[in-house]
Amino acid sequence: MLFRIAQSDTPASSEITPRSTYADRRRLMLTGALAAPWLAGLPARTHAAGAAKLAGRASPLSTTEKPTSYKDATSYNNFFEFGTEKEDPARMASILKTRPWTVAVEGEVLKPRSFGIDDLLKLAPMEERVYRLRCVEGWSMVIPWVGYPLAELIRRVEPTGNAKYVEFITLADKAQMPGLWSSVLDWPYAEGLRLDEAMHPLTLLTLGIYGEVLPNQNGAPVRVVVPWKYGFKSGKSIVKIRFTENQPVSSWTRAAPHEYGFYSNVNPDVPHPRWSQATERRIGEDGFRQKKRKTLPFNGYGDQVSSLYAGMDLRKFF
Amino acid sequence: MALKAVAFGLCLVPLARLLALAWLDRLGANPVEFVTRSSGTWTLVLLLAALAVTPARRLTGWSGLARIRRMVGLFAFFYACLHLSTYVWLDQWFDWEAMALDVLERPFIAAGMATWLVLLTLALTSTDGMVRRLGRRWQRLHRLVYLAGALAILHYAWHKAGKNLLGEPLIYGLVLSVLLGLRLWWSLRAARRKNPPVSAA
Repeated sequence: MLFRIAQSDTPASSEITPRSTYADRRRLMLTGALAAPWLAGLPARTHAAGAAKLAGRASPLSTTEKPTSYKDATSYNNFFEFGTEKEDPARMASILKTRPWTVAVEGEVLKPRSFGIDDLLKLAPMEERVYRLRCVEGWSMVIPWVGYPLAELIRRVEPTGNAKYVEFITLADKAQMPGLWSSVLDWPYAEGLRLDEAMHPLTLLTLGIYGEVLPNQNGAPVRVVVPWKYGFKSGKSIVKIRFTENQPVSSWTRAAPHEYGFYSNVNPDVPHPRWSQATERRIGEDGFRQKKRKTLPFNGYGDQVSSLYAGMDLRKFF
Repeated sequence: MALKAVAFGLCLVPLARLLALAWLDRLGANPVEFVTRSSGTWTLVLLLAALAVTPARRLTGWSGLARIRRMVGLFAFFYACLHLSTYVWLDQWFDWEAMALDVLERPFIAAGMATWLVLLTLALTSTDGMVRRLGRRWQRLHRLVYLAGALAILHYAWHKAGKNLLGEPLIYGLVLSVLLGLRLWWSLRAARRKNPPVSAA
């Protein structure tokens, strides 16, 4: 098993990514293109040889908890577009073509436009954010994501006064995604946030993990990470971002509205209908020597986000 | 007796596989989940296998198969105990209050507990001595194995329901229906032979 030591929280000036590096898109593209044939078929147990590096400067918003092993984070995934078993995405996702890739931004914005993946890679300086990820199923990981606040992108498209929510649509291509033939969900996968949630400094437009570009099974080439909500809220492989006046309906809410709510903030006091959410299994901590941990309200990010929900009944708005 | 030895060995294969995978650290990122699922799967498979012995005996004429029915049934109970132990120990760490709440508040866990209790009853009354003691009542008591099968599938289906993944439970349900259907058909045929319709020419 590979272990990644958590980086220190206070960045030395030598660690700050030079502008030339993140702006060097030609080098990044070439590495990515060369890496593609190597990445296909490689087991997800080791860092893929030749995977394009994506460094980010350290952030005070990172946790100091030990990151989950790269092997576990890239081989235990819920990405139903590639199959419903945890091993399926790592096995099947190599067929996903992540270049060329565009993210269309539309809806209640003054400057609707499309962003190519290279536009997104140089939109803002990359940061490494080591976040806890809590799945609604009751397991969790600590993942060093690389990206920048979604707010950076939102500012540039200038949402109008009617924009109250942001919707994220995932790619749904039957030619590349075998899971789409199953009706387990209504495709394409859709998720949504309130505008203030989307603008929050913690909400990350994510382009990499563990210092590299995102592996396909983790939602390549670009996804969103919202660490205080259950993991399914963090949409993967985004192709469209829509600003809306009305609350969007998430795919899982559509599938089982009494089990998956729009907010889905991590909350140990609000059980899932079929299991308690009071504890979680941190991946890497087996049950033989360690019991499950207590789940924290808002996944431990309460200090930063609880004010967003002041006065809201979180049992009603689950 | 070679049949019994072979059956015994085959029934141990799932356990051997689990131990081997554990030794090789190949239980995946969530070992507790893997062991829980695996032991649950094998409980259900062996339960249905035990229910398939009598139809297989009747369809093939191989009366020797009757000798392994009890063994297969007891192995189903064995894997059920493994499944329950994983939940009680590795998942809940003997938090009895939490488990009581689970049984009361989560229907799929209640169904699982009920399954285990039925299998326990059948296991305890599986000995030759018990067969003798209970006489005709033994046959009636052991019809509860159908209830165990139905409860086990309900437990699995309820667990998967929220994620719209009812495909596998449905397959198990189909197999159980076929095995039950066969028996129903045979017993109906036997009843008709004893009391032939008056209008038969």
